[in-house]
Amino acid sequence: MTPTRKRRFILVGLILLAVTVATTLSVLALQENMTYLFTPSEIIAGKAPADSRFRIGGMVKENSIERGESLTVAFVVTDGDDDMRVEYEGILPDLFREKQSVIATGSMQGGKFVASEVLAKHDENYVPRDVAEAMQNAHRKHDVPVSADVPSP
Amino acid sequence: MNTLTLWFHQFGSPPIFHRVTARLSPWLYASATLIGFIGLYGGLVLAPADYQQSDAYRIIFVHVPCAWMSLFAYFFMAINAFIALVWRIKISEILAMASAPIGAVFTAITLATGSIWGKPMWGTWWTWDARLTSELVLLFLYVGVIGLYNAIEDRRQAARAAAFLALVGIVNVPIVHFSVTWWNTLHQGSTVRLLGPSRIDSSMLWPLLLLALATHVWFFASVFARARVSLLELESGKDWARSAVLGPGAAHD
Repeated sequence: MTPTRKRRFILVGLILLAVTVATTLSVLALQENMTYLFTPSEIIAGKAPADSRFRIGGMVKENSIERGESLTVAFVVTDGDDDMRVEYEGILPDLFREKQSVIATGSMQGGKFVASEVLAKHDENYVPRDVAEAMQNAHRKHDVPVSADVPSP
Repeated sequence: MNTLTLWFHQFGSPPIFHRVTARLSPWLYASATLIGFIGLYGGLVLAPADYQQSDAYRIIFVHVPCAWMSLFAYFFMAINAFIALVWRIKISEILAMASAPIGAVFTAITLATGSIWGKPMWGTWWTWDARLTSELVLLFLYVGVIGLYNAIEDRRQAARAAAFLALVGIVNVPIVHFSVTWWNTLHQGSTVRLLGPSRIDSSMLWPLLLLALATHVWFFASVFARARVSLLELESGKDWARSAVLGPGAAHD
């Protein structure tokens, strides 16, 4: 490498390094503001904002969905440790069902979470339906807890 | 000089680059189209429906290859930008600038298909989670590079200024890739993994990989085609460019 190229190489490298460090630091500093959602245990531990809107994330607990008049629905979101009751009025996404991960936006109102939007989170697994059913039958046969139900088509 | 360095030097010479890519291009386009159609047939017809999303998951065969390409094109652009800044190689400047619009289109397709997929599955077109936001920033970076390149009169100065922006923006690429692991996002984690087993049935995986291959080949075909045109523009006064366009003998008119 000629001296000019070497100088440019070092200069460009240093700038790149500086930008990387700056980005890392700002991302780390903003980590708290970048929280997309809170889990029920985080809310109970008081980490979520008490009087502003935020998102709650977790699994819909089994046998917890109560459908009220017209589109009102209430269900319990759990993260395995703690539960939180969520109330919502509106259309639920297709993937919404028991034991499905959901993310709801809203705020706390007297110990329960009142949502204005409910989104379903889907996982990264893609399995043909017959394979999923076969796996589920095998799980049932051997008494292994099943992770998610196969929806009826 | 060993063979590899020699090859690089030759490939970096405008007339040879122009000649080699002109010969490669039709083959690249043809194989990308062929592989792409096989992949699409496999994905849209042969692959079975998903147990959760049934047929709606098939948009993955467009969304994921394009998303990979949006990152790959940026990586390719940044590497060429680095070479352009340090070694001032003309071909690298041109390759970096040629990949920006292609990468931008791949990013736009990723965002559009993701949005179309998100509405029925998640229940929303858009949300400001880390993956979606960083992919949008990627689009803005591409647009910034294209804009900067076209805002400066002198082609080589413009390329160096835009190359600088392209290089600095590379910090966003790992953020896009790791956003789903570093933060809680609505977007799910990676399905196809280089390390460890993939989270997708093999009957659905092979069309996806074929389409990823097709988009890569298409990217190179397209980059070379764009680069050839800009190279001719840049070198329009030179003999080789005149004879390449007007045919041999025209150079000395």
